[in-house]
Amino acid sequence: MDKYVCTICGYVYDPENGDPDKGVPAGTPFEKVPDDWVCPICGAGKDDFEKEA
Amino acid sequence: MEPVEVKQGIYWVGGIDWDLRNFHGYITQRGSTYNAYLIVDEKIVLVDTVKHYLFDEMLARIRKVVDPSKIDYIVANHVEMDHSGCLVGMAEIAEKAVVLTSPKGEEGLRRHFKKDLNFRIVQNGETVNIGKRDLQFFHMPMVHWPDSMATYCPQEKLLLPNDAFGQHIATAERFDDEVPFDILREEAAKYYANIVLPYGSQVQKVLHALSSLEIDMIGPSHGIIWRSHIPDILAAYEKWANNDTDKKALIVYDTMWGSTRKMAYALKDGLEECGIPVTMRNLELTHISDIMADVLESRAILIGSPTLNKGMMPTIGALLTYLTGLCPKKRTGMAFGSYGWAEKSVGEIEEAMKAMKWDVPIDGPRIRYVPDPEELEEVRETGKQLGAIINK
Repeated sequence: MDKYVCTICGYVYDPENGDPDKGVPAGTPFEKVPDDWVCPICGAGKDDFEKEA
Repeated sequence: MEPVEVKQGIYWVGGIDWDLRNFHGYITQRGSTYNAYLIVDEKIVLVDTVKHYLFDEMLARIRKVVDPSKIDYIVANHVEMDHSGCLVGMAEIAEKAVVLTSPKGEEGLRRHFKKDLNFRIVQNGETVNIGKRDLQFFHMPMVHWPDSMATYCPQEKLLLPNDAFGQHIATAERFDDEVPFDILREEAAKYYANIVLPYGSQVQKVLHALSSLEIDMIGPSHGIIWRSHIPDILAAYEKWANNDTDKKALIVYDTMWGSTRKMAYALKDGLEECGIPVTMRNLELTHISDIMADVLESRAILIGSPTLNKGMMPTIGALLTYLTGLCPKKRTGMAFGSYGWAEKSVGEIEEAMKAMKWDVPIDGPRIRYVPDPEELEEVRETGKQLGAIINK
């Protein structure tokens, strides 16, 4: 599963960890993260994320 | 309007905002400064500028050192207009000057000023030689905007980290050993609590990156320059970034007819019986930006509101909006309040606390209309229970 980087602040979404605080369980691939989920650091939307190079 | 030589050939040329009392909702009782630094080497470099209305003041200081049209580089460490406000004006005077900024800095500056300035993007860790000295640039995303950057001069052991380590205080003095340290720590804490608090993990990364640098002077973009208390301010940032707090409690409340206030004082008595110091803040009288300074180092935060109409009081709503945005972590919370017929406020406050992942171990006390002595005794007991949990 690919990691995704927030292009605004540099936060890395790691599917192995998910974002359980915001209701995204560990093991959730980025594609399956809800569309209204936002970056836990800066609040940017999913559209601002890019696959980690 | 004299410049201040902070190191040989390096000058503070900023502006002092004696009249500033409200910085986008952050009350600045002591005013502030916008610090710009002029480095005179084979190349002449201006690091950051000032708020637009202090342009003449900055220019007057620069002119005492060099002809401003001779500036070769302008470093834009941060896009926000209190530091970039004179960038366009400076670029017009120093026509050949190159604007050094981060990738996010360029994006942001274009959005602000709609100008095609002579930008040169600097990558994280990149070094630019200016003669005898080098300038190295460190990106600090979200400390406190995506574009934030620090400029470091290894030969001078000088770090210019823009808003990090800043304080809103206008003084005639420029250095940390010329102003009582307690005042500076208080203002640095208030600044951190109101500006930097949401980004603790980013601050930790920056502190880690800085630990490998030799630094004997830190020149932030607001307030005084650190040279004698560097270990103290670094230790304070470490503590705040970790969300480490002191064993003390803060009670913030508003009240309509005094019932919630009585509950607040009963809770205070209970906590004090457990040896916990308690700070009392009446929201009607204290600004939320001052309350954030109390939040910063308090382990337990108690918030009280009566139910007004069908919810909490709007003052408490504003506090919670501000607080959840700044999102202090690792706190123990408790809500409380009085009501008339329908009780709503306490649950709403608890919900906000839980959204910040605070520990809310006790269901908050709710009292109908006016508490009687027995009820206040129960509230005091609840305060003691919370005190026992904090003491664990």
